[in-house]
Amino acid sequence: MPPTPATPRNKMESRDLTLRYGSKVAIKQVSLAIPEHKVTALIGPSGCGKSTFLRSLNRMNDLIAGANHEGTVFLDGRSIHDRTLDVVDLRRRVGMVFQKSNPFPKSIFENVAYGLRVGGLKDKAKLAARVEKSLRGAALWDEVKDRLDESALGLSGGQQQRLCIARALAVEPEVLLMDEPASALDPIATAKIEELIHELKATYTIAIVTHNMQQAARVSDRTAFFYMGELVECGPTERIFTNPQEKRTEDYVTGKFG
Amino acid sequence: MKHATRRVVGLSLVSLTGLAAFVIVAMLALILLDVVKGGASHISWKFLTESPTDGMMGGGIFPALFGTAALTLLMTLAVMPVGVLTAVYLHEYAPPDGKLARAVRVAVANLAGVPSIVFGLFGLGFFILFVGKGLDRALGYEELHWAQPGILWASLTLAVLTLPVVIVSTEEALRAVPLDHRTASLALGATQSQTLARVVLPGALPGILTGAVLAISRGAGEVAPILFTGAAYFLPDLPSSLNSQFMHLGYHTYVLATQSPDVEATRPLLYATVMVLLLLTFALNLVAVLIRTRTRRKAASGH
Amino acid sequence: MLDRQAVMQEQDLAPPVALPMLSPEARRRQLKEKLIAWTITAVAFTGIAALVLILVFVAKEALSLVTDTAAREEASFSKMFLPQLVRKGKPLAYVWQPVSGVPKVSMIPLFIGTLKTTAVSMLVAVPLGIFGALFAAEFAPRRLREVLKPTIELLAGIPSVVLGFFALMVMASFLQETFGFTSRLNAVVAGLGLALAIVPVIFTVTEDALTAVPRSYREASLALGATPWETAWKVVLPAAAPGILAACVLGFGRAIGETMIVLMASGNAAITSANLGDSVRSLSATIAAEMGEVVVGSPHYALLFFIGVELFLFTFVLNMLAGIWTKKVIQRLKGGAG
Repeated sequence: MPPTPATPRNKMESRDLTLRYGSKVAIKQVSLAIPEHKVTALIGPSGCGKSTFLRSLNRMNDLIAGANHEGTVFLDGRSIHDRTLDVVDLRRRVGMVFQKSNPFPKSIFENVAYGLRVGGLKDKAKLAARVEKSLRGAALWDEVKDRLDESALGLSGGQQQRLCIARALAVEPEVLLMDEPASALDPIATAKIEELIHELKATYTIAIVTHNMQQAARVSDRTAFFYMGELVECGPTERIFTNPQEKRTEDYVTGKFG
Repeated sequence: MKHATRRVVGLSLVSLTGLAAFVIVAMLALILLDVVKGGASHISWKFLTESPTDGMMGGGIFPALFGTAALTLLMTLAVMPVGVLTAVYLHEYAPPDGKLARAVRVAVANLAGVPSIVFGLFGLGFFILFVGKGLDRALGYEELHWAQPGILWASLTLAVLTLPVVIVSTEEALRAVPLDHRTASLALGATQSQTLARVVLPGALPGILTGAVLAISRGAGEVAPILFTGAAYFLPDLPSSLNSQFMHLGYHTYVLATQSPDVEATRPLLYATVMVLLLLTFALNLVAVLIRTRTRRKAASGH
Repeated sequence: MLDRQAVMQEQDLAPPVALPMLSPEARRRQLKEKLIAWTITAVAFTGIAALVLILVFVAKEALSLVTDTAAREEASFSKMFLPQLVRKGKPLAYVWQPVSGVPKVSMIPLFIGTLKTTAVSMLVAVPLGIFGALFAAEFAPRRLREVLKPTIELLAGIPSVVLGFFALMVMASFLQETFGFTSRLNAVVAGLGLALAIVPVIFTVTEDALTAVPRSYREASLALGATPWETAWKVVLPAAAPGILAACVLGFGRAIGETMIVLMASGNAAITSANLGDSVRSLSATIAAEMGEVVVGSPHYALLFFIGVELFLFTFVLNMLAGIWTKKVIQRLKGGAG
């Protein structure tokens, strides 16, 4: 692929975002765009701040005591830290899938319906329709349609992770953040998730953190390389992997460290 | 020291500790054996369902059973919301290292150590003479209505006494709910209170129940706090309203043991009463232990 | 250094757009969340309020000892704590006889009674509790330990009125036959009854402190050739020492404040003597026994509440100490070094 087509719309952008835990700097002045309907992969050695950055996109870092930030992140040109943007609304628009699948100890149906219920949807028919749509969207419907009332904890690891994706999709977010969604899965389950990501980008804007460079190369359109809290380089995935501009990027993608 | 001496000294000292443990268990066994031996033969359906007769030298303990149950029920209704919400504050809402949270923890730890008789004085001084009197004045009662010992005041006194039990167990239960569940809920656009109501509290429910059962078991056996706040020596009628006095198994035990005109005649009654009280508290404790081990096992096997 | 300009350009970052207002729905939601958070915070004050109210209202009823002239006359602090002339021609003495022509309100017999029962109980319960915990934590086989702990929880679950009953009905007669006490109910009977109540406290807190000692301490000691007993004695016990001290202090506090056992098994005679075989009257039992017949607002009534204040303060100080020591053992073991 040549460089990205003429200015795709940026769904989200961070602007000089610095994040500290107490006095420890986790990410330093990161400016990064997440273009719409693309998959942006965040790579880098562990502890480089890529997960922290991802979590700051829907303000999950707010939950950590002592976390504070400078700079901001824009969602459709609006700062997510602005008082006029409610954090609950933000998280409904920017969904998240975690590294470790974390279904609630509830039925499969209730897991997917959770975000809808807390959003105030009570209509049973609508709930059922949205649950089915989300499960189909996460390519899980055929496997679980006969046991929606069973506990989600009875699913396999890969199924649980897809359930978590379905759960995030049910809220119909605009952006989907994925924090190493396949790191705990076997290769077959991982392939399924990657295939899913390909399908989802038609509808959603996706940012994915991964420690697996092959995965980044397979699923993403753009790649951002983080190192020690800084954004070293970002660009079209192919260019980052074939022709990195920075020495550190090259060292990392060629496996010299990390 | 020579090797042999060292071994002998060590072995004898280890046996000494074993002996200490044995003595403790033996004392428990002795108490249980004595109570069962003295009381089992006298427990019958009639004993459980009849009122005391012949100046408490005969009959059963139904009013005391009923009074204990009503008292602990009221106590539970009062202590659970407060205890659970306090634990929720400490574990879910308080900023870490917050001053208020630390103050609450210190207060709760100290509350747990206040002697039960002081709770009795507090119940008398605060609930009856302050709140009760104030209510009587405000509601225009000419004679004493609320400003006298009654089951409501006794149960509230016990609620304050058992508050630490509920707070500590609930906090332990909240700690056992995985952080993952909270973040997942919040990431789906749930508010903090929705997360609490839909994910955290349901997850902590078994532990909260354990706390409730432990509080009931503790509250059912305490006598000193209710001495001046509502327990009655003998009442022909069951408590009918919140300001009625009531009979109580523990207090009944005390009365039978210390104020009987004929010790030998009341002995079977006394033993049977003690046995019922013990069975009640042990059953409650057993339920608590069962819930706890079941949830711990579940937590260990889950994921 | 990074070429920030290049990074920005490559990504074509756009300028921010104007900000709309917070939606009414979001505002309602935020308000609701705030209300809930405030409610929960307000409820959390209950624990603090309870502790303060206990002290305030128990002290309030005792206040007339200071403010009321008649009460101050009848029960002055010198009358409470200094020896008084009881009968003409007899030496000065400490007597508790609040209901009589000339009320005698010396607290000394009550202090002595409390101390005697508490001392007996500690003498028995401290070694039993600590040694028992040592056995459970260090020497007992796993299966035995798993039986031992719930058993002791069971003992802790016995209501104190039942322990009082047992001391009164069974232990008193047995001890009188064995030791030939002149009074059947005395400090030893009450103290042993109390011991039953505080052994579980000491056992549990000690066991917690012992199991908090990291396994590596024990392994290091055993690897150096120490026997299990030497390891327990020279390594584990010292490491857990503040926690064990806390256990004893908590047990002590419980023994001082415990009412029903002493009320039922001590004989309740306010005798000032050193003999453990004499009947005694403790502070707590005095409140329990006399509050029923006292006239509300009388000096005697205020005195009983004053005893309550004393008990509250004793146990408060003991609890604070125990709390500090428990924290110390945790910090010490977390920090690794001694």
